[in-house]
Amino acid sequence: MQFPILSFIVFTPIVAALLIFLIPEDRKNEVRVAALAASAFALVLSIWVYFAYDVSRGGYQFVEQVNWLPALGISYKVGVDGMSVPLVLLTGVVMFTGVLISWGIDDRPREFFTFLFILATGVFGVFVSLDLFMLFFFYEIAVFPMYLLISIWGWKETREYAAMKLTLYLFVGSVIALVGALAMYFTAGLGTFDMLELEKAGFSREFQILWFPFIFLGFGVLGGIFPFHNWSPDGHVAAPTAVSMFHAGVLMKLGAFAALRVGVMLLPEGAKFHMGWIILLTLVNVVYGAFIASVQTDFKYVIGFSSVSHMGLVLMGFATLTREGFLGAGIQMFSHGVMTALFFAVVGMVYDQAHTREIPKLGGFRKVMPVVAVAFIIGGLVSMGMPGFSGFIAEFPIFMGVWKSYPLIAIVAAVSIVITASYVIRVAGRVFYGDLPAEFEGHVRDVNVLDKIALVFLSFILIALGVYPGWMVPWVESGVDTILRLLGGA
Amino acid sequence: MSFLIDHILTIILFSPLAAAAIVFFLPENQEKIIKWVSFALSLIPLGFTVALWFLFDRTAQGYQFVERYVWYAAINSSYHVGVDGIALSMVLLTTLLTPLAILASFNITYNIKSYMVLFFLLELGMLGVFLALDLLIFFVFWEFGLVPMYFLINQWGSEKGEREIWGGIKVPARNYASFKFMIYTMAGSLGLLLAIQMIGVVAGTFDIPTLFERWTSLDRSLFGLDISVVKAIAFWAFVVAFAIKVPIWPFHTWLPDAHTEAPTAGSMILAGVLLKLGAFGFLRLVLPLYPVEAQRYAPTLAFLAVMAIIFGAFASFGQSDFKRLVAYSSVNHMGFVVLGIAAAAYAMGGEDATIALNGAVLQMFNHGLSAAGMFFLVGVIYDRTHTRDLNEYGGLFPLVPVYGGILIFTSMASLGLPGLGGFISEFLVVRGSWPIFTLQTALAMVGLLFTGAYILKGIKQVLHGPLNEKWVGHLSEISPREIFVIAPLMVLMLWIGVWPSWILDLINRAVTALLS
Amino acid sequence: MNGSVFNVTMFLAIFPELWIFALATLVLILELALPKAQHRSLGWVTAIGLLLGIGVGLVVAVPSPQAQLVWGDLIRFDRLGFVFSLLFMFGASMTALFSSNLEKLGQRGDFYVLMLVSTLGMCLMASASDIIMLYLAIETTSIPLYILAGFYKDDEKSTEAGFKYLLFGAMTSAVMLFGFSYLYGLAGTTNLYELANQVLRNQLSPFLLYGVLGLILVGFAFKISAFPFHFWAPDVYTGAPTPIAGFLSTASKAAGFAVLVRVLWVGFPEVQPYWVYILSGVSIATMTLGNLLALAQRDMKRLLAYSSIAHAGYALIGFVAVSELGITSVIFYLVVYLLTNLAAFGTVAVFEKTSGSSEIASFAGLSRRSPWLAIMMLVAFLSLAGMPPFGGFVTKFAVFAAAVDRGLIGLAVVGVLNSIVGLYYYLTVLKVIYLYRSEEEHVAVPVPQASLLALAVLCIGVIAMGIFIAPGFNIALLGARALW
Repeated sequence: MQFPILSFIVFTPIVAALLIFLIPEDRKNEVRVAALAASAFALVLSIWVYFAYDVSRGGYQFVEQVNWLPALGISYKVGVDGMSVPLVLLTGVVMFTGVLISWGIDDRPREFFTFLFILATGVFGVFVSLDLFMLFFFYEIAVFPMYLLISIWGWKETREYAAMKLTLYLFVGSVIALVGALAMYFTAGLGTFDMLELEKAGFSREFQILWFPFIFLGFGVLGGIFPFHNWSPDGHVAAPTAVSMFHAGVLMKLGAFAALRVGVMLLPEGAKFHMGWIILLTLVNVVYGAFIASVQTDFKYVIGFSSVSHMGLVLMGFATLTREGFLGAGIQMFSHGVMTALFFAVVGMVYDQAHTREIPKLGGFRKVMPVVAVAFIIGGLVSMGMPGFSGFIAEFPIFMGVWKSYPLIAIVAAVSIVITASYVIRVAGRVFYGDLPAEFEGHVRDVNVLDKIALVFLSFILIALGVYPGWMVPWVESGVDTILRLLGGA
Repeated sequence: MSFLIDHILTIILFSPLAAAAIVFFLPENQEKIIKWVSFALSLIPLGFTVALWFLFDRTAQGYQFVERYVWYAAINSSYHVGVDGIALSMVLLTTLLTPLAILASFNITYNIKSYMVLFFLLELGMLGVFLALDLLIFFVFWEFGLVPMYFLINQWGSEKGEREIWGGIKVPARNYASFKFMIYTMAGSLGLLLAIQMIGVVAGTFDIPTLFERWTSLDRSLFGLDISVVKAIAFWAFVVAFAIKVPIWPFHTWLPDAHTEAPTAGSMILAGVLLKLGAFGFLRLVLPLYPVEAQRYAPTLAFLAVMAIIFGAFASFGQSDFKRLVAYSSVNHMGFVVLGIAAAAYAMGGEDATIALNGAVLQMFNHGLSAAGMFFLVGVIYDRTHTRDLNEYGGLFPLVPVYGGILIFTSMASLGLPGLGGFISEFLVVRGSWPIFTLQTALAMVGLLFTGAYILKGIKQVLHGPLNEKWVGHLSEISPREIFVIAPLMVLMLWIGVWPSWILDLINRAVTALLS
Repeated sequence: MNGSVFNVTMFLAIFPELWIFALATLVLILELALPKAQHRSLGWVTAIGLLLGIGVGLVVAVPSPQAQLVWGDLIRFDRLGFVFSLLFMFGASMTALFSSNLEKLGQRGDFYVLMLVSTLGMCLMASASDIIMLYLAIETTSIPLYILAGFYKDDEKSTEAGFKYLLFGAMTSAVMLFGFSYLYGLAGTTNLYELANQVLRNQLSPFLLYGVLGLILVGFAFKISAFPFHFWAPDVYTGAPTPIAGFLSTASKAAGFAVLVRVLWVGFPEVQPYWVYILSGVSIATMTLGNLLALAQRDMKRLLAYSSIAHAGYALIGFVAVSELGITSVIFYLVVYLLTNLAAFGTVAVFEKTSGSSEIASFAGLSRRSPWLAIMMLVAFLSLAGMPPFGGFVTKFAVFAAAVDRGLIGLAVVGVLNSIVGLYYYLTVLKVIYLYRSEEEHVAVPVPQASLLALAVLCIGVIAMGIFIAPGFNIALLGARALW
């Protein structure tokens, strides 16, 4: 038997969480070091699995299967394909940088890292599941720590409201999808939750048409699809920095990924039938999200709504049902994950110093924290799809896919690029340039070296992918091939 | 050695990036080292370009020094570069102006390191556009160049001035100008981006030479529309993007703001190279990809060009800000470039078309020299007087005779005095367009009259007339460093004016190939 | 089967009952023998005795897959009853541990004896196959519970709880007995399996059966606190000693379900659509009402009371899905629910002892006062909410799966929506524990050893059930298959 690397990845965080909880409460530094070590270990493992994945062979690799509940055909089955392995890498990256920039958390860091790592296990679990039950199992594990993380360590003004809103929204989405998944299980009559088996179940067209919207939109809630995106900006804003990073960086991908894996891949006929109107929803996401972002005065809300816009592009890529669309969406998931993690890290660093996020009250932060300013600009360029950065690599094929299926939508959606550019420039100008307000003079300090490492690391990935996409595109492409095969070579 | 020759374009393209990286790791407070290292590094691309100039085979057809590597295989885009005569002259212009602009920036004190890094990135973006033979790569560099320019204007632009935006909020003028520049160009590129995507989807490749055949020969209907309609829309998407950059009237309004607020070196590059990107886009993409549409809409373009020439000249004449005056002159001069291109597109072959297009390309080069020179000279006087108001000057010639001489020389080149570069190119354009667009060309000649008027006005207000007493004793002569900046430009202006064939031969071959 | 001849099987069939009886006797003797200061150890004796009983039972008294009717067909020796019996014993054992530190409760031998007798009754309930036996078992269970609910004689609330429980319990069991009498009159037999044959031979008028069934259901609904006979629960849980409230809400409720499963499934297959409709309605009403009322609660015990009402509704979903999977899911649900809810009440009991209040607001700052206790509450509450990796997720999954399997999508959706409401108030509690601060947050909450052990066992059980699903599910499956 080969080395069970995926299981190691999935269970590293939760084992770390347990160990961390055993450290005495007042040994805060030990807690942090342990958390950093664990996240570094997970990062190394995820990098390893990413590059060990054999692109030329494609398909699902590193598959492990253990019976879980044979009576119902539930098994613990993990494996990665080209679509999910970048997301595993993304999770490793965000987890590591999230721990780096959370060094300053002083209120019960032990509990903080415990919950954060439980969340990480859930996220890893979803990305590698090949069993429908297991997917839900880890999906929910990823949802509930979010509540505690936001409500305990979040922004005082809105944390209780936002945490509850977020949790309930996501829970509603997932349980609705769950009912659909159960219907799939029983209708297939194969007595298994194995998704690779269910792919071959041959569901009737009527069945697929009936259930596809439940599953796609149910998971789409977590992907921030309009009109169920409302939880996301509130949640982003209220969350503490590392959690925002996780939340926007990884968790929203969870929704999109599950919508793809369960919705599109298991119910391809349903997808073909419904995507015509779903793409309109995603169009609203893209344009409306960008527009709303551009009128926010709260720094973090700007980023929050920009995520709505960008995740709209991911779902739009799916909705095109074309090779280019899936390819772009797959890369966009990774690119947006890293980018938004970077953004939220920056917002957090500014807020920690300024104690306000009102854009008009900020200014001149470039002088005190130059690295942060550069990082924000890099993130901004990614988000406006500037060539040379990963956002362009991702968005370009998405638009090509849209051209293939709905040319008019491509034209309308493109407006978002200019809107995005305008708010990114505005925010960058207001927050980082101009004069430092007198009240901050002498009070604000530069970020510490760990923060800088995190920022540089994230920025580096964005540029590396933008300049040389060859280290990710073939991976995603091989995953797209599987999807297209299920869609009947569309 | 053969490695160097085989990869010379890649080396030219990415040596600015390497330079940026080196400068980035220099110590922040060693300003002198940063300046000189930057200058030295900026000579590397120039050196390679000169080598390229001599290695370039003047008799061969097609693109030379082609390199091609897989870049984004999933959508059939590759890193594909190559040069022809037009591109080569533009590359030379870029690599020549960059060291001069860096030298002109030695008086910058604020955050010099970032400034130099951005400058190299800007050079990278511009070179990429000239060298790209892949539509996607073209766009990558096209957009990429915006970013450093934005920051150069935003951070190092003129510190004075405020602009009122909606809501009565006042923002510094450089912020306003840089924002306008960025959004204008990005919005313009949007149509280009969409059209490129569409072409990619339809043709299945982004390779420019392949597209020349595949896209033009396409005759099935697309998206339920007739192919000619689709092509016409895509044509205009391209044209608008390039027209904004050139800029063609009425898309020029970002230009005066951006030029005026940019730092001196920024203006030099902006006027010298950046505007050429738009014209180059017409030559590299629009004419070969849309010969039919270009022919059909050429009269419209010619009309817009004439408007640019006339209004540019009038607007320039009306300015009291020296830098704005020079800025509007760019609109005026670039109008000739577009006129030449439009005439060539309309005739599509023939001797007149070749002459007009030769003129247009040479005008691009010449304007690069003279506009860069003019902006530099404006910068020189501004550094000493801290004003750009023409009415504040007056009779400065006795105080700064050397500067005055240089200013008059450069102005004359800009005006198109025979014997200097500008004359050759404008003459060629007019000569070529006359048989094709007689009326438009005649109107453009009227515009040319006003070109003389505003340039003379500028010279008069600065150098002649009653001496403004307050400058006496406060105005120092142009420094050797500054002379060193302007001297190569003057040499080239004179050289082209006297013996243009050294460059015209090169251009002519490419132009002939383009029109055939 | 001839009941007049004694054999080993007959004694094995009532092994749990015999063990409990012996244990109760031992406790009575020890209470007299031990000095008063040592009475606390009675809790340990009871708990360990019950756990030993489970262990011994697993070794010697496991029923064969072929069920046997013994003791004059009064008792059915099958795996369903056995699973439930062990479950009750486990629940009682944990309750004994929780109680042992409470002065007025855990230091009195009669408390343990009463609880053991009640447990004995439950074991009989789960395996009774005759309606006379059934009634006796129910009363054996109930009467000690009435006393236990009112155990704090000098506490008005406790007395009120005991009295209320007695009144409602007596009334509903009278109605049920009335129903039983009709059943006997109609069928001429008191044996459930015989009754089933009668029904199958179609000798009974369905119309009459409807009425009879209605009467019987009243009694059962009271036991499992289903709508509309749920209203005693909040008052009784609040007033009763907290460990007893936990016991009532878990073991007693599970016993009610055990009876419900056996009587309806075995005795009334003929009118199945009828009771499926009724119980579907009851299920929807019960969970919706329970959840909605839970939203408004300020007291932790009342909140748990309403939540336990809601959980009865969820379990009923699996019940009305009339299938092997359905029954399995109900049994599985009850097993996990017992673990979870005992843990929840256990934590409340521990906290209440220190703070003297069970107001939700008084739990503020618990995570700072005692991180481990907070984590245990987190485990219990999230499991109640149906979150993985805790048992509650798997069992909810199972009941919804059972419903979808039978095409009861509507019911599944109602269940799903209800679980969202549930999530809201469970999270609200966790918010108080983790987020809110209190003036007393520097005061630690001591967790007595006995309670700590019980809580640890329960929480680990909840997590283990959630992660290693197969063992729990398979046991439930064995129980379900033994029904016929």
